[in-house]
Amino acid sequence: MELPVLNAGQQEASQGGCASHSCGSTDDQLSHLPEHIRAKVHNHPCYSEQAHHYFARMHVAVAPACNIQCHYCNRKYDCSNESRPGVVSEVLTPEQAVKKVMAVAANIPQMTVLGIAGPGDPLANPERTFATFRELSERAPDIKLCVSTNGLALPESVEELSKHNIDHVTITINCVDPDVGAKIYPWIFWKNKRIMGREGAAILIEQQQKGLAMLAERGILVKVNSVMIPGVNDEHLAEVSRVVKSKGAFLHNVMPLIAEPEHGTFYGLMGQPGPTHEELQKLQDACSGDMNMMRHCRQCRADAVGMLGEDRGQEFTMDKIEDMEIDYEAAMVKRAEVHAQIARELEIKDQARAAKTELVAIQGLKTDQPATRPVLMAVATKGGGVINEHFGHASEFLIYEASGSGVRFIGHRKTVPYCEGGDTCGDGESALDKTLRELAGCEVVLCSKVGYEPWGPLEAAGIQPNGEHAMEAIEDAVLAVYEEMRVAGKLEARPVVQQKAA
Amino acid sequence: MALEIIESCVNCYACEPLCPNEAIYQAAPHFLIDPVKCTECIGDFEVAQCASICPIEGAILDELGAELNPPGSLTGISLEMLAKYQAAVEATYQAALEAKSA
Ligand code: SF4
Ligand code: SF4
Repeated sequence: MELPVLNAGQQEASQGGCASHSCGSTDDQLSHLPEHIRAKVHNHPCYSEQAHHYFARMHVAVAPACNIQCHYCNRKYDCSNESRPGVVSEVLTPEQAVKKVMAVAANIPQMTVLGIAGPGDPLANPERTFATFRELSERAPDIKLCVSTNGLALPESVEELSKHNIDHVTITINCVDPDVGAKIYPWIFWKNKRIMGREGAAILIEQQQKGLAMLAERGILVKVNSVMIPGVNDEHLAEVSRVVKSKGAFLHNVMPLIAEPEHGTFYGLMGQPGPTHEELQKLQDACSGDMNMMRHCRQCRADAVGMLGEDRGQEFTMDKIEDMEIDYEAAMVKRAEVHAQIARELEIKDQARAAKTELVAIQGLKTDQPATRPVLMAVATKGGGVINEHFGHASEFLIYEASGSGVRFIGHRKTVPYCEGGDTCGDGESALDKTLRELAGCEVVLCSKVGYEPWGPLEAAGIQPNGEHAMEAIEDAVLAVYEEMRVAGKLEARPVVQQKAA
Repeated sequence: MALEIIESCVNCYACEPLCPNEAIYQAAPHFLIDPVKCTECIGDFEVAQCASICPIEGAILDELGAELNPPGSLTGISLEMLAKYQAAVEATYQAALEAKSA
C-alpha cells in the first residue's frame, strides 16, 4: 500500500473559518470513548473512521444457515444486513476458511480483522463458526476476530464467544418494540418451532437485549447495526439508540435499507423505499446525540477482502489459494512491521491535529467573521486518507461536511465508475448520470484528476470539480477549499443553483 | 413415510443439523433426505424440523408431494408479487445482455 503523504508542515495553513476545538478532526467519533475501548478499536477499519483509510479486513463465508427471516432479505442470496442484496458468496468449510485467511493475511499485511458475518447467521452455525475462530486464534493470534449476529442465538453463545478471545460482536437490532418487529420479521425458528409474526419478534428482541447485556458484562465490545426502513422503524431508531446505549453498546450504526424488486425481497416487491441520503444523515445526526455512529460502514459482502470499500475477493478464490506458497512466520513478522509503521503515521497525524487545535485556540474564535453555512464535499480516494483517485475511476465517494466548526465525515456514496478505461472514454453516459444523482447535495467534488467531459455536467449540477488538491490529506484539502469559498463570499447564503440530477 | 427436498433448495445447511435421525445429507445439486431414515420427526418433535426452519417456500414436500411451506407462507410474498419478481429479474437480465452486445 502507498503510505500517505503527511502534511505536518501545512498545519499553519489558513484556518479562518474554523471556530471549534474539533477543527479538522473527523475522528472525534472515538475521542470520548473510555481509553480501554479506544485501544481496542483504534486500528479496526470498521470501527475507527481514521483506521478505515489504512487497515484492511476480511470476511469468510462459513455460516450459511439462518434462524430468522427478515423482510429485506431473500434467502436465495447472502444475508442482506451483512452483505449488499443480491450477492451470493461461496460457502467455505472451516478448514478452507482458515486457509484463505492465512493466505490473505500473508498477502495483505495491512490486515487486522477477520469477521464472520454470514452468508446466514454465524451463531445459527455455531460449529462452523467456532471451529474457524478456534483454529485462527491459534495460528494467527495477531488477527482480531469479530462476529455479526441477529442475536437470536446470542445468549447461549456468549460463553463460547468469551473463550475465543473475540472482543467485537455486532448485533443487528432494528427495533425494541414487538409491534415494529412484526413488520420486519415474518418468522423466527425457536426451540424447535417456527414462530410467526409478533410473537417471534418479541422473542428475538428479548434475546438480543439479553445477549447485549451479557456481552457488556463480560467486557466484550458490542456494536449495534440498525437498518433504517422509512415508515417502519425510522422514528423508532432514536429509541433503539437510547436503549442499546444504556445496555452497554459502544457504537450504533444506522444503515440504509436497500430494496429493489429484482432482489426478490418482500420490501423490494412491496415497493418499500429506502431512505434518501438526506433522511439517513438526519437520523444519524439525531441518534449521534445519544451515541457514536459509524458513518463509513460499507455493508460489505460476507466474503469481502481488503480495505473497506474495496473487494479483492477475486484474487483469493480457493483454487488460487491452493497454488500460493506462503511462509506464515515471515508473514506475521511483516504484518507486525506494517502495523507499527501505520501506527507511527497515525501518531504523527494525531500530533499535527493536536497542534492545529492548539493554534486555533490561541488565535481565538474569530468571532469577527460572519457565520458560515455548512458545505458538503465529495472526495475520491483509494485510501491512505489522501485524495488519490481519478473522478472517472471512483466507484464510491466519501462525503465530508465542512462548516464553521471544522470538518466531519458524513458517509460514503457508491456509484458506477464513470469511466473504467481512461478519462475520456465514449459511453460512460449513464454512469455519469448516476454519479451526479449520488452526489446530489454536494457542492464540490475533490479528486486527483477529473476529465474534460464530466466537467461541464458537474458544474451544471452545481458541483464544482476540483483536482487541485491531489495527494493532499482529505481534511486539510476540504478545509482549504472551504476557506477559499469563504473568501470568495460563497458561504453566506444558500447556493442559488439547486442541485438536481441531470 | 418421509419428506423430500426438491431442486428449489438453496443449500443453506439449516435443516441438516436439526434432523433427529441424521436423514438429511449434503448432495449435488442440493441437500437430500434419506427416505429410509426420515420419520417425519414423529416421536421426537411436534413438527418436522427440516420443514420448520427451511426458508425456501416449496423446497420440502410431504409424502404426498404437497408443499409444506406453500408460496407466501414464509415470506409474505404472494404469487402475484412473485410474478413481478420474475419480470424484474428478466428485465435486468435482458438489460445486461443488451449492454454486452452494445
Ligand atoms: S422430517 Fe424430521 S426426520 Fe425427516 S428429514 Fe426432516 S428433520 Fe429429519
Ligand atoms: S433448509 Fe431448505 S433450503 Fe436449506 S438446505 Fe435444507 S432444504 Fe435446502
